Amino acid sequence: MTTQALRAPAVTVNGELTALGDIPVHTTVLDWLRDRGLTGAKEGCAEGECGACSVLVARAGTDTPTEWTAVNACLLPIASLDGQELITSEGLGSPEALHPVQKEMAVRGGSQCGYCTPGFVCSMAAEYYRPGRTCGGDGDHEHGPNGFDLHSLSGNLCRCTGYRPIRDAAYALEDPPENDAFAVRRTSPPPAPAPTGMTSPEGEFIRPASLNEVLTVLGDRNDAVIVAGSTDLGVQVNIFGSRPSLTIAIDRLEELREFSFGEDEVRLGAALTLTEIERRLAGRVPLLGEMFPQFASRLIRNGATIGGNLGTGSPIGDTPPALLALDVSLVLASSRGERTVALSDYFTGYRQTVKAADELIRTIVIPLPLAPMTAFHKIAKRRFDDISSVAIGYAVDVQDGVVRDAKIGLGGVAATPLRARETEAALVGRPWSEETVRIAAAVMAAEGTPMDDHRASSSYRSAMLGQSLLRFYFQGVAS
Amino acid sequence: MSSLSERPLQPVVGVPMPHESAALHVTGTALYTDDLVMRTKDVLHAWPVQSPHAHARVTALRVKPAYDVPGVVRVLTADDVPGVNDAGVKHDEPLFPGEVMFNGHAVCWVLADTLEAARLGALAVEVEYEPLASLVTVREAIDAGSFQGIGRHLERGDVEGALAGAAHVFSGEFEFAGQEHFYLETHAALALVDEYGQIFVQSSTQHPSETQEIVAHVLGLSSHSVTVQCLRMGGGFGGKEMQPHGFAAIAALGATLTGRPVRLRLNRTQDMTMSGKRHGFHSSWTVGFADDGRLVALDATLTADGGWSLDLSEPVLARAMCHIDNAYEIPHVRVDGQIAQTNKTSQTAFRGFGGPQGMLVIEDILGRCAPLLGYDALELRRRNFYQPGDSTPYGQPVRHADRLESCWSQVISGGEIDARVAEIEAFNSAHEHVKRGLAMTPVKFGISFNLTAFNQAGALVHVYKDGSVLINHGGTEMGQGLHTKMLQVAATTLGVPLARVRLAPTRTDKVPNTSATAASSGADLNGAAIKNACEQIRERLAQVAGGRLGISPSDVRFVDGDVRGLSGDRVPWNELVGMAYMQRVPLWAAGFYRTEGLHWDANAMRGEPFKYFAYGVAASEVEVDGFTGAYTLRRVDIVHDVGDSLSPLIDIGQIEGGFVQGAGWLTLEDLRWDESTGDRRGRLATQAASTYKLPSFSEMPEVFNVRLLEKAHEEGAVYGSKAVGEPPLMLAFSVREALRHAAAAFGPAGTSVDLPSPATPEAVYWALERARGGVSWNG
Repeated sequence: MTTQALRAPAVTVNGELTALGDIPVHTTVLDWLRDRGLTGAKEGCAEGECGACSVLVARAGTDTPTEWTAVNACLLPIASLDGQELITSEGLGSPEALHPVQKEMAVRGGSQCGYCTPGFVCSMAAEYYRPGRTCGGDGDHEHGPNGFDLHSLSGNLCRCTGYRPIRDAAYALEDPPENDAFAVRRTSPPPAPAPTGMTSPEGEFIRPASLNEVLTVLGDRNDAVIVAGSTDLGVQVNIFGSRPSLTIAIDRLEELREFSFGEDEVRLGAALTLTEIERRLAGRVPLLGEMFPQFASRLIRNGATIGGNLGTGSPIGDTPPALLALDVSLVLASSRGERTVALSDYFTGYRQTVKAADELIRTIVIPLPLAPMTAFHKIAKRRFDDISSVAIGYAVDVQDGVVRDAKIGLGGVAATPLRARETEAALVGRPWSEETVRIAAAVMAAEGTPMDDHRASSSYRSAMLGQSLLRFYFQGVAS
Repeated sequence: MSSLSERPLQPVVGVPMPHESAALHVTGTALYTDDLVMRTKDVLHAWPVQSPHAHARVTALRVKPAYDVPGVVRVLTADDVPGVNDAGVKHDEPLFPGEVMFNGHAVCWVLADTLEAARLGALAVEVEYEPLASLVTVREAIDAGSFQGIGRHLERGDVEGALAGAAHVFSGEFEFAGQEHFYLETHAALALVDEYGQIFVQSSTQHPSETQEIVAHVLGLSSHSVTVQCLRMGGGFGGKEMQPHGFAAIAALGATLTGRPVRLRLNRTQDMTMSGKRHGFHSSWTVGFADDGRLVALDATLTADGGWSLDLSEPVLARAMCHIDNAYEIPHVRVDGQIAQTNKTSQTAFRGFGGPQGMLVIEDILGRCAPLLGYDALELRRRNFYQPGDSTPYGQPVRHADRLESCWSQVISGGEIDARVAEIEAFNSAHEHVKRGLAMTPVKFGISFNLTAFNQAGALVHVYKDGSVLINHGGTEMGQGLHTKMLQVAATTLGVPLARVRLAPTRTDKVPNTSATAASSGADLNGAAIKNACEQIRERLAQVAGGRLGISPSDVRFVDGDVRGLSGDRVPWNELVGMAYMQRVPLWAAGFYRTEGLHWDANAMRGEPFKYFAYGVAASEVEVDGFTGAYTLRRVDIVHDVGDSLSPLIDIGQIEGGFVQGAGWLTLEDLRWDESTGDRRGRLATQAASTYKLPSFSEMPEVFNVRLLEKAHEEGAVYGSKAVGEPPLMLAFSVREALRHAAAAFGPAGTSVDLPSPATPEAVYWALERARGGVSWNG
């Protein structure tokens, strides 16, 4: 192993430097905190769905050097936070000196059983301190007059209140006072990424200092599991008993955090989180802008990376249908060198891709210019934070009333995400009319090989494929 | 005004205040059962070995390989049970089964130094099974004649004759799903044994006394050797009324055998695959209407899907049958009820306790039949309301029936219903691909345990020499705000500021033989018991004060920490308490309460099982996307009757939370069991938060107006209040009916929509597709 721990791994928790101690490498942030007596964060689901474990991490921000970022403590290994700063509900305030978020939650009846509450408080505090949030707006039903984005709480579940008092608490928050210590903390950089090496009888956890080091290890070890936000691996560990013998953290490698918006292409580093991409693109790729709020929850988007969503090869990830429509390509890196593959050639079977065991997704490249008409349709039981039954990305170019180009990405209707090639063919070169769309919609309803499961029936999935194109057309006509 | 319901001067009840633990909740310092583990030394962790079969005989159980896993200390099996191998009160729930009855059933438990070692130990245990035939759906059970418990029959009038003479007769079937409680805190217990072999169990339980009984009978101990404490629960909703007992017994058994504290906390997957849920039901019915839309007769059969054991299925069924009328006068009624036995978790209490299931049947009937009768559903419902003087099919007068009309008309005016109905019609004519719907539904819900004996409660109140007050009662806190209300009741009765009163955790060695905190009765019963205890102390103090102030004790008033006579002379509370101590006056009292006037013949299904009815009305407006069936809840208006509220902020919270939870049951939460004949038969397919979706912020109504019915004093209950825990859940029928209304708008006028429950986007899509295709349910 090339990475050596130079010091004992430790995390700054509520301002106190705390050694990780002699722990199994797969120990989650949540279990580690609770073992140390910080029992405010709770386990409600152990898969990043309920947010009862939410805590705040000091991360590099888009608008300020540091942003308080809420994450699911149940998913992250504590080893991945070596050298970092963490705040829990206990650290935000005390019963005698409540934090403004805690005060609003308490006095407005925002807690009933109280079990989800520390998690809500942390998610709400992250939004309270979000640099772009400003008071004085009009708000709408998902945004407060104080700029509070209700989607910041989309990863927190409450079974008692029905949410109204929590929303009222969120919308009553003012701007943080200037001398607020957490607000001040945003003005200096977060801790630098610390190369980490930890071992226990269960396995090893390493955070190499460079991409080359990662690629070398990947070339040497066929048991290595790559982790970034751990939003997928955490579920494997917690629910399915997965205990990888070697885990390699890559989420802070500068080589994987490229971001550029050029003349011909947009380049997105694979280790950028969905939240970071959302903030940095700021609506410049409307198709992705439409997708982000529908992608899991803010808590998950704060950890999940775009490379991870592609790396798992899942047929129901939300980015592939959008990225297929955008016709992106992927830069794959290994110690043998780099190669570029089109996303449409990337998926080969159920959770199978062309990516070799020693390869890593380095960059996602979106070609420019973008198609003028785009949309992202997600069919799910629940509007906030659900897994797609069907997801569809559209990028269509209509000139002089005729479809010049159409790219449609589909998820949830086959063993892999796929392009709706026959539907595209039924559109291109034809007039953009209800007649064309109805014919193409019938073609689209027959794309893929949807299955029955607890999320949706195969017949509903097929029906949704057929309906989606009509919706895309009629909503376009209406607007 | 009765002395129970009368409020004194400056009462602390009725003042809006946050939850008594709010500051602890928000700072993460409130402790739950599993938070105590790190404060306890040498704890062992428990992990179950769960059956992969829906039904099988255990032919071999080899635990030795588990002992080879480092850290494993003990494997608990049936051979270890010194008392009764049973986790229930019906003796049909073996704690360690020789025949597994559902997929996920725990065969044995592994105890280890760490949770990880326990998990690995459980994986190492070898179990051989002989698979047996299984019944998974309620339909399969009905066809196979697989029933359990006692079937019930409820009848009034001449159903045959009334149906024969009815102008309109419809028949239908309706099978609807159950619901997972999904309390955020899963089941948890932590057991310790002391030097006498006495057991102390900290348990997340709504029913500490029954947990105590079950632990005692499993261990072969008397109840006085077992103490159960519940600090608070992270939600209960009925799921912790019967279900915690077996888990507490496992922890207690492990502590007894090893001498070490044992912690048992289910993870979410274990909780969902092992613990009981709301009963799904099958119903078949025939209904008759007169030309004027009035109900004349209902003939229905209700089959509750009880799961593998009886649990609380009998009283759940009884409450379902007693609520099939909801708010409607039905002159001729016949209801048959039965409990199916299936190879699923043992279904149990869940907020409403069968009431929602019974009421859903009649609301579904009215929603389906209104278009066929040519009536607007709003009008059809209102036309059938109980009127003063009417009685229920089981013979209880419907007291305060006029409150239905009061709530209804207040929702109409406050919710601007007439104008919005017109707006919705205009919107629907202007939009082809999206439609809106609006519905109003009423709730009438009977308050008291159907079983009369459970309607009793005890309390223990101490006043210390310094004037501070400590109260204990038999109810448990699960987020519903019971403890907040109890503090308010004690402060009101003693006439002291709220800050003088503290509440100690619920424990079986403080107040014995308690009833479950259930049936919405927590504040009614325990509040009256606390009031009784406080009154005893107050009477004694009045004697002392009378002597001190030179007035008759009956003229002494206790107000906000001051004790005074009519003339204005006064003595501070603290001083009076000190004087009373010096005069050797006892400063503590045990309180007791039993609800008067109840009687119920369970065999005949007749009597007056309820102290009173809680009423409410909701109006919901939805918007449905015709491309997908997806919908949003645009606005909800509620007027609900909580009597004179003990604690308005708490009560509003209960109404809102109950409503959203009910909307979850009816529209979103989708329990799916593997009904195939494959390897996974009987397995719960939606066993995680990722697959079983609860309401989130996206399901909260965009506009949510909740008002308490005013001038609603309830004579028969503590300080004029009414129970609030369960009734609001059923206000959510309005959401389901609004979806039906919107789906119908995709079809020609008069379309009757047959809507499954839960009405997920997929279910709504198929419903609106049928409407769009001109297919109307025709009864």
